[in-house]
Amino acid sequence: MKNSLGREIPEGNKPFISAANFSERIYHEAKEKKSAENVVFLNSLEAAFDVLSIMPGMRLSFHHHLRSGDHVINEVAKLIEKHDLRDISLAPSSIFPEYMLAPLIRSGRIRDIHTSYLNGPVAIAIQEGFLKGHLVMQTHGGRARAIEEGELPIDVAFLSCPTVDSSGNGSGAVGKSACGALGYGISDLYHAKKVVLVTDNIVEKLDEYQFDHRYVDYVVKVPSIGDPEGIVSGTTKITRDPIGLKIANITALLLDKLGLLETGTSLQTGAGGTSLAVMEQIEKKMRSKKATGSFLSGGITGYHVEMLESGIFKNIYDVQCFDLEAVRSYRENSGHIGISASQYANPFYKDAIVDKLDAVILGATEIDLDFNVNVTSDSFGNIIGGSGGHSDTAHGAKTTIITSALTKARIPIIKEHVTTVTTPGEDVDILVTERGIAINPLRKDILEKLNDSGLPLIDIRELMELSHKICGVPADIAKPAKTIGYVEYRDGTVIDSLYKTR
Amino acid sequence: MIRSLLFVPGNNPGMIQSADVFGADGVIFDLEDSVHIYEKDNARNLVGSFLANHPIRPAKIVVRINSFDSPYVIADLEAIVSDRIDYILLPKATAKDLKQLDEHLTEIEKKTGMQKTIGVIPLIESAASLVEAKNIAFCPRVEAMMLGAEDFTADMGITRTKKGDELAYPRAKLAVICKAYDILAIDTPFTDVNDDLGLRDDALTAMNLGFTGKAAIHPRQVGIINNVFSPTEEKITWAKRVMEAKKDADKKGFGVFSLDGKMIDKPVIARALAIREQARACKAWDDNDEE
Amino acid sequence: MKTGIAGSLESNDVMITIKESEEQKIEIKSIVDAFFHDDIENTVKDVLRTKKLENVEVLVQDRGALDYTIRARLLTAIARMEKSDD
Repeated sequence: MKNSLGREIPEGNKPFISAANFSERIYHEAKEKKSAENVVFLNSLEAAFDVLSIMPGMRLSFHHHLRSGDHVINEVAKLIEKHDLRDISLAPSSIFPEYMLAPLIRSGRIRDIHTSYLNGPVAIAIQEGFLKGHLVMQTHGGRARAIEEGELPIDVAFLSCPTVDSSGNGSGAVGKSACGALGYGISDLYHAKKVVLVTDNIVEKLDEYQFDHRYVDYVVKVPSIGDPEGIVSGTTKITRDPIGLKIANITALLLDKLGLLETGTSLQTGAGGTSLAVMEQIEKKMRSKKATGSFLSGGITGYHVEMLESGIFKNIYDVQCFDLEAVRSYRENSGHIGISASQYANPFYKDAIVDKLDAVILGATEIDLDFNVNVTSDSFGNIIGGSGGHSDTAHGAKTTIITSALTKARIPIIKEHVTTVTTPGEDVDILVTERGIAINPLRKDILEKLNDSGLPLIDIRELMELSHKICGVPADIAKPAKTIGYVEYRDGTVIDSLYKTR
Repeated sequence: MIRSLLFVPGNNPGMIQSADVFGADGVIFDLEDSVHIYEKDNARNLVGSFLANHPIRPAKIVVRINSFDSPYVIADLEAIVSDRIDYILLPKATAKDLKQLDEHLTEIEKKTGMQKTIGVIPLIESAASLVEAKNIAFCPRVEAMMLGAEDFTADMGITRTKKGDELAYPRAKLAVICKAYDILAIDTPFTDVNDDLGLRDDALTAMNLGFTGKAAIHPRQVGIINNVFSPTEEKITWAKRVMEAKKDADKKGFGVFSLDGKMIDKPVIARALAIREQARACKAWDDNDEE
Repeated sequence: MKTGIAGSLESNDVMITIKESEEQKIEIKSIVDAFFHDDIENTVKDVLRTKKLENVEVLVQDRGALDYTIRARLLTAIARMEKSDD
């Protein structure tokens, strides 16, 4: 069947209607589940597997705060193999290439996978069709919503946790494997049938913690939960690519002309090289205007911390830390506040952070003439990412800006129709490329404001035609017949299908 | 008007095809120092093919060919001279080279039925060239001259410094000669691409000596260079007021008049007119302001 | 056998190997094959036609080069082939 964007979706699913459609239904939040007894301490994951009676048909969840250095998910994967378990579903909030799930998938042990980000060998195994069920790609806010509404029931949540105290409270701020905020594990903590904290550092008492012991069933102590290098592997440097720098300059100028760099502003950018270049320009401009922003949010890096500590922004709302500086600041700065995925981006959370944003600056692999954005697959249809917070922030922020080079190695980023829809065009306002800025015609207010700005505005179709002049017109690639899953929008409806490739 | 000229290595497709987005007044496709001797053929074919085939090109195009004492220069000219370029940047320029270049260009222009007469920008890179600069400037094809400080200081046997005090004389001499022959003076590149403040200082030094533009070796230098070599808002406002006052005075039949207590006579009016021309070229002058 | 190689495997570039052969053969290995295979092949054939080259074997290893780059690298490879010793 087709949804409102004209995309084919698997039968039996709720089709995407519109980005704001969720406000017309009632939120059915399940009650948070306190643990029945006192926290039990175990000294191996093996012991946890036994005591929990992990069985076929169960769903196990994980957060991804240890990023590419995560040992816990790999140890659990080994145990699934060792216990010869089948029909297991997994819900890791993101899947990094280093997560060793591909062998499990290829041997047919895995039914469904729910995640917000996917790349590498695991993506390949899934797209070759080895899942027994399907792949559901969610947004950060949508995952929290689905868990809280009981749509995504979790049997056991394995939550890696850098430090746990003797009562069973857990924190990511301290310990040898410290990773900072633990926002993506909070919904699992409150709603999973059983919660296991996995740690390599137990202390007597934690004064501050994000995981409350009243919701914890077991604590497992292991020698090491992760590799510190991999844990803070999100660090990027400001791009040196001249085109990226040019895009960053235009974007900062654009933000200024739209009045988005004044006192009280709240912004979010990604953590990639171009985003950091934009941040650098934002800092310069706000400094010279002597403007003080309200907050920065999202994935936090040392650059964000610098803005906080030099007083350019009052607060950071942190849903994940990308480097050691962010971890340090999270620990030390009272203005650096950790939030849960739900507080961040659940469409039904009152006062969610994404809804308070004045602007968000995001990337794209593709964008189409309706301004629909793809961050899930490349132009060949291979899954190379996923929404993460893309759709959430795009909807919540007053102004959504996409930055990208017009072409990437002969492939134009503007298409008639994107290969996969991640974020609907109604939520996407501006595309900034090195060869011009396209404004969504729905935003007449922005068009008017930028009329005499001197910025290089160009119709998006014209911009696409320019890229065709440069590259040639790419041939159409036929969509494969078989699907292996779907893209679930933040409200639980299905916005696009995911196809078997290879 | 040429405030900035961006050097682009001629054997690098990625850089060639994006050179036009950085806002430089002109782009120099380089076949000389940034191209390895084993790749000279690749580079000239790449630039030639880009000029002939690619639909999106910089508004003003310069090609730095190899010097006349190299085995490459004739092949370079055959590959890239066409109506699609504006200038040849001639490295290690001497008056003798210029004459040879002029002859080759005339031949190619006639042979291929070109509409344009290609201009030449000699690169002054040695003591002898600087001494000859007057003669070099005299050639009708020459519309600008550029200083090449790396080779110049090497030729002189002196050290090149960031501050550039050692360039005071060659810069001043070149700027004066350019002015006398009514051609543009383009300053040498600033080699520390990460030092924005140093670049600004260096560009200002050149501008204050009479240079009208500067070469850039990295796209991120272009913005600062354009800024330095564009008339400031202050200057433009002043020029507008002078023009207004002049119009007033003309109406009343006064030849000389005052503005802010200062006498405005011919040289001052000439300066205001020059600023207006510069500003117009940078699209910073609104002709509607003047009735 | 006379052979010419030109270009590189850098992003936006193409490496072209051309050698004399019994009959014309064009092999294309491109990162954007699905989108531009025909375009690339047509460009190569066009240049060979202009140069009146029939009996050559061409290997195109493409990293997203635009049309003008493919033409240029091929022209250079042809010239190098013609200059090369057997």
